[in-house]
Parts: sequence; structure tokens; C-alpha cells
Amino acid sequence: MLDLLGSFVGELRDAGIPVSTTEHLDAARALVAIDLMERSVMKAALSTTLVKDETHFAAFDLAFEIFFASVSAQAAANQLDEPEHEAGEPSSQRGAEGQGKGGGGGASGEVSAEELAAMLFRALREGDAGMLAEGARLAVSRFAGIEPGRPVGGTYYLYRTLRNLDLDALRALLQSAAAGEGAMKGSLAERLALDDASGRIDQLRRAIEDEIRRRLVEDRGASALARSVRRPLPEDLDVMHATRDELTALHRALVPLSRKLAMRLARKRRRGHRGSLDLRRTVRQSMSTGGVPINPVFKPPRPAKPEIFVIADVSGSVASFARFTLLLVHAISAQFRKVRSFVFVDALDEATRFFEGTADPADAVARINTEADVVWIDGHSDYGRALTQFHERYANDVTRRTSILLLGDARNNYHASQAWVLDDLRRRARAVYWLNPEPQSYWNSGDSIVAAYAPHCDAVVECRTLRQLEKFVGTLA
Amino acid sequence: MTSLRDEVEDPLGLDHVRAPRFSSPDEVGAALAANRYLADPSIASVVYLADRLIKPVLIEGPAGTGKTQLGKTVAEVLGARLIRLQCYEGIDESKALYEWNYRKQLLRIQAGQQDEGTMNWHELEGDIFSDEFLLTRPLLEAIRSTDPVVLLIDEVDRVEVETEALLLEVLSEYQVSIPELGTLTATQLPLVFLTSNNTRELSEALKRRCLYLHLGYPDVERERAIVLSRVPGVSTALATRIAEVVRSLRQLDLRKAPSVSETLDWARTLVVLGRTEIGDQDVKDTLHVLLKFQSDIDKASKELLGNRA
Repeated sequence: MLDLLGSFVGELRDAGIPVSTTEHLDAARALVAIDLMERSVMKAALSTTLVKDETHFAAFDLAFEIFFASVSAQAAANQLDEPEHEAGEPSSQRGAEGQGKGGGGGASGEVSAEELAAMLFRALREGDAGMLAEGARLAVSRFAGIEPGRPVGGTYYLYRTLRNLDLDALRALLQSAAAGEGAMKGSLAERLALDDASGRIDQLRRAIEDEIRRRLVEDRGASALARSVRRPLPEDLDVMHATRDELTALHRALVPLSRKLAMRLARKRRRGHRGSLDLRRTVRQSMSTGGVPINPVFKPPRPAKPEIFVIADVSGSVASFARFTLLLVHAISAQFRKVRSFVFVDALDEATRFFEGTADPADAVARINTEADVVWIDGHSDYGRALTQFHERYANDVTRRTSILLLGDARNNYHASQAWVLDDLRRRARAVYWLNPEPQSYWNSGDSIVAAYAPHCDAVVECRTLRQLEKFVGTLA
Repeated sequence: MTSLRDEVEDPLGLDHVRAPRFSSPDEVGAALAANRYLADPSIASVVYLADRLIKPVLIEGPAGTGKTQLGKTVAEVLGARLIRLQCYEGIDESKALYEWNYRKQLLRIQAGQQDEGTMNWHELEGDIFSDEFLLTRPLLEAIRSTDPVVLLIDEVDRVEVETEALLLEVLSEYQVSIPELGTLTATQLPLVFLTSNNTRELSEALKRRCLYLHLGYPDVERERAIVLSRVPGVSTALATRIAEVVRSLRQLDLRKAPSVSETLDWARTLVVLGRTEIGDQDVKDTLHVLLKFQSDIDKASKELLGNRA
């Protein structure tokens, strides 16, 4: 058990969750204190001692399912499988068609697709977890076609199973059943029935995922599987190559992140320098200690806030990165004197107006995508033209208090760089920073011309993940 | 694993300190439920472990999910006194731990001067740095208390990182060091709960010393049970419907999702209005109880009531 815990902790560390030795010890002591037969208690004990950040739970859950799935699966299988195994194996003629060996679940050919669908429907309708697990087991045996020994993470098997199950029909069925039950009519009732059905379908999807994972663990062992399904934590995701689900996760992570950042910056500013001695309040304060000024009182400091100009490339390749940076900067805009944003592809447009008058920066970013006037000829990034336009129209607004942030991969599609603009801007501004969402090793390859701009910037920063972005923005204010 | 328990007489090294107060997580859950706090298995397990391992619990989660309430309810269950330290920005040693009563000390010295040297300096020093002149603040009070206490450190994320360090000695050793008096160790070990709204990252040192519990929004079944136990006069059908509506609202991308306490407010509103079912119009009329931003209200009525709004 302690070995298992050790390798589990190792896996968590590999997944990026910082687990200290003390926490490892705590987890071991927690395991002594609880009843190991109860899986939910055991999971709670491990998560409470090992994971100290809400955003790490997804990674923990995955690792836990992989490492400790076999325990419960075997216990459950021992009860469920035995009678069925004996009854199913000899009589199954169709089951032998290539699935009998690979599935490992036994009686796969027994149930027809219709029976299976009916069974899943009943399990979901009544919220019967046991029946649901059994249904998932049958579905996976029947449809996934798991091939032993293949080093895959199981997404493909999940896809195959789900495609064959026709979840949309099942959802519609559940929805109409839920709607028929309640006496209420109206759009609210419809919506509730829909959400209810979707929730249940998600349960099914999870049950199937669990089942596939369980089989993969049996096939290849926990550590090997954990390695192939490991996903980076949200703050370490590569923004440029995130999938749609990952983007949602990023989006969710961005809100608390910007709140924390704003709080930290506000504190830093208030506590950064002490103001001068506030004589009046010090004397008043000393009254209570017999005229001895024990607690000197200082005036609150009032440092100047910087101005931020963001110039972002919003062409396809780097659009999601620009979106996140704009969101983050505007979310903490109270920390700056002024934030102005400009977006371009091969023409430049000021986007500040979209952020004014709306409470939700996400709305503004959505409007930028549709309304901003950024395409001139062909919709391929032209940094040179965009910079020249910026210089023509806005250079006089740039002052010594302005920090300029350029966002983009500097892939200029072989247009002229016009780097002199940056040089001029740098002379006018407090600082010019370039944030590049590409890994540093790709810079200056192909049509990337970071090197042409770099000498005119105060810093060129690699900014692939939220963590890097947060760190950089934190240094700005 | 079980063999480990048999081999070592005192596997946790804590048996001499205090007998455990609960025998299993289920017992914790039942005791909390008896006090009208419906804990899911993970909450019950964490409280149980906090008691067994004698470790503080750090509770994080969105506002209004019952973080503070958990601490209070545990105090009720144990029949212990609740000592609460409400954190805020700028809280310091003298507000959290202890403070010398300067004014009283000054008076003492002045009184001593009038007696003209009946007491030499050393005696005087020993005298003014004694218990009599010590003002205890919540942390010290929890340590010195002789009856059982539950210490609730509320909104710990509001204190500065530097001030967090003050808590560390109390949290890990259950003791307070006062230079003039020495180290005061707890006579009975308090159960400690810290709550945080996650407005900033807490330091590793603090997190390491605590068990971590994330209180999210409950699922439909638990929320329904909470409504049923907390709101008198609500029918099962209505509670179910309330829980379902709230779940649908939480799935929307709102600025502020409805919390459990807002759900309860809504349930009370509907009971007072005498509703037994929720129709489109009822939602429209009472949505402002659940949602506190006009943009959220607009969005929710558009999404939930769709074609009609």
C-alpha cells in the first residue's frame, strides 16, 4: 500500500502538482486512520492531504481513477462477473468474433444494441449507479474494440463507443420522459428537462470513460497509462495549441487569476513605499500613551499608475493568445491609469471602444472578432503595415508614462518589417515589450522576424501559458 | 496496511494527546446532519481526519457555500466554544495573537513612582509583563482555553503574506511564543478551521500545514436536501424544482452564480408567496433574489424562459 501511495505521489508530481514530503507523510497517516474499504473516504483522505489547489483536482481525479481503479473494479467484478461469465462464455457464438479476447469483460455478444440502449435509458432514468456501470461495461465490450498493448490514452475507444450509442437520441428520450412527468408546461420546464437529460448523459459518458480506463489499467498497468493520459494543468496549457475544452478551462482559470493579480498589484502599490510621516495623526495617536509617540502614522503613498497600450495581432494563428491577453489586461484595468487596445491583421483598428460601457470584457472580445476593421487585402498578418498605421495615427498619444505591449508571433508573411517604428516608439514610451506565444526555439524560423524587432524592445518575452502571462503582467504595474 | 496498524501500537503518534472525538466519517456526517448541516462524504471525511490527525482544515470555495457554517456547526456538534478570528487587511499580532496593555502598564509604573522605590526595577519589570497586563486575542485565547474550543479563522486570504506567518506556529504546534513570558502550549488541542474566498494564493507554508477542503456548489440531490432541511414549509416537489432551476442557472456563464444561501433565500421567498410549483412567471418575478447583477438577470431570463422573455 505504501508503495502504491509512493508511486501515486510520484505521478501527481509528474503531472505538475507540487506534493511536499510532509504532505506525503500526512497522506500515509490519513490512510492509517480510515477504513480503506470505502473508496470515497479514501479518495477524500488522499485529496485533502495531497492537493491544495482547486485547479489541480482534475489532474488528481484522473490519477486517482487510474491508480486506485483496479481495487474497486476487481471487488465489483468478483461479485458481478462470476455467474455471468459461466453462463455467457459457452453459449456465446457471436461474442467470439474478435471481441471475446480483447474486451476482457465477458458476455459481450449477449445484448443487442436495442436492449443495451433500453437498459442505459432505464439506468439513467432511475439514477441506478450499479445498472449504469453494468451498461457501460457492456457498451465498452461491444463497441470499443480495445486492442491489448496499444499505447493509447483511450480517447479513441471512447469516441468509438459513444458514436455507436447514439447519445442524442438517448438525450431526447430522457428529455421527453422528464417533461412528461412534471405537470408543468412552459419554456422553463422544457429547459429544465433538457439540462436534466444532459446531466444524465454526462453521467453515462463518465461511466464509459471509467470503464475504458479500468480496462486499460488492467492491460498496461497504472503508471504506463497515467503517463499517456496525463494532461497539463490549466495554467501550464499552451494557449496557441489548446483544444476547445482546454480553452474553456483556460477561460475559467482566467477570472480568478485576474482577480488575484489585481489584488496583489493593489496591495503592492499601497505597501510599496511608505509615505511621509503624518504628524497630526501621530500626535493624536500619542495622546493615549501619555504623549509618547509609540506608533508613528504615515501618509498613504500615492504612486502614479502606468498607462498601457496593447497592440495585438488577432489573425488566426495567434488569435486565442491575443484574446486571453486582452481579457487579462482589461480585467485588471483598474490597476492602470488607462488601457487602450489596438488590434490588427494587415490593418490596424483601435478596440478600446468595445471595452467601454460593457461590464464583461468577454463580450468586448467577442465583438472585436466580428466588428473590428482589421483586414485590408488578404487577411494575412502584416506587422510592418500595422505598425506604420499605429505610428501615423497614435504616436503622439504615446508618452513617458506609456508602456506598449505588442502581442504576436512576428510571422510577417515576408512583408517589410518597418522596425524603425518600434525604435521611434521606444524613444517616446516608458517601455516597449513584445510577448510572443511561440516557444523560443521557433523564433526566427520561417517567416518569423523576431530578431528584426527585438533590438528595439525592452524585452521580448516568451508567453505560452497563463502562468507566464500572469508573471509578466504582474511586473508591469 | 491493516497490518501496519496492528504492528505499531500508536500508528499516528497522537494517541497520548487526545482521544478521537468521532469513530468514523459516517458518524461525523450523521452528527452534522442532526445539526442541519448536510455534509457530503468528502466533507465528513475531512472533518473526521482533521480530528484524528489533529490538523487544521483550510476550506476554500465560492461565497455562500457554507464554509463558515461548517466551522460553526462542528462547534455545535462538539458542544465546544467557538472562537472566531475575522481576518482583514492590516490585521497584525496585536489583533490576532496578544497585546500588552500599555495604558495599564503606564499606570502601574506611575503608581509605583509615587510609592517611592518600594519596588526595584526588576520586580517592576516582572510585574508589568505578567498575565494581568496581557490582553488575549482570539489565537491566544484558543490556545489558553481549558474547555474545548473550535477556532474559526475566517477569510484568511485577506491578510497579507507576511502576517500569515503569525498563524504558522499556532497551526502546526498549537503554541504561542511571547518573548516576555515564554511559550504557551495548548492544554487541549482546538479543532481549527480556516476559510478562504480564494482572492489570492495562500502561501505554501500555510497550505502544507492544513488539510484542504474545497466546498463547491452541491449537486441537485444535496441541494434539494439542504433546501428541505433549512426551509420550513417547503414541499419535496418544490425543493426538487428549486434545485433544478438553480443547477441550470449555474451552468450559464454568469458573473455571479447563485450560491446556496441565495437558493435558500429564494426557497423562502417562494414559500412566503405560497407557491407549490414554479412557472415561468414566478421565475421572472423572483429572479432578483437569486441573481445580483442586472446583466445576469437579463441573460438568465433569456436563456431559461427563452422565446417568451
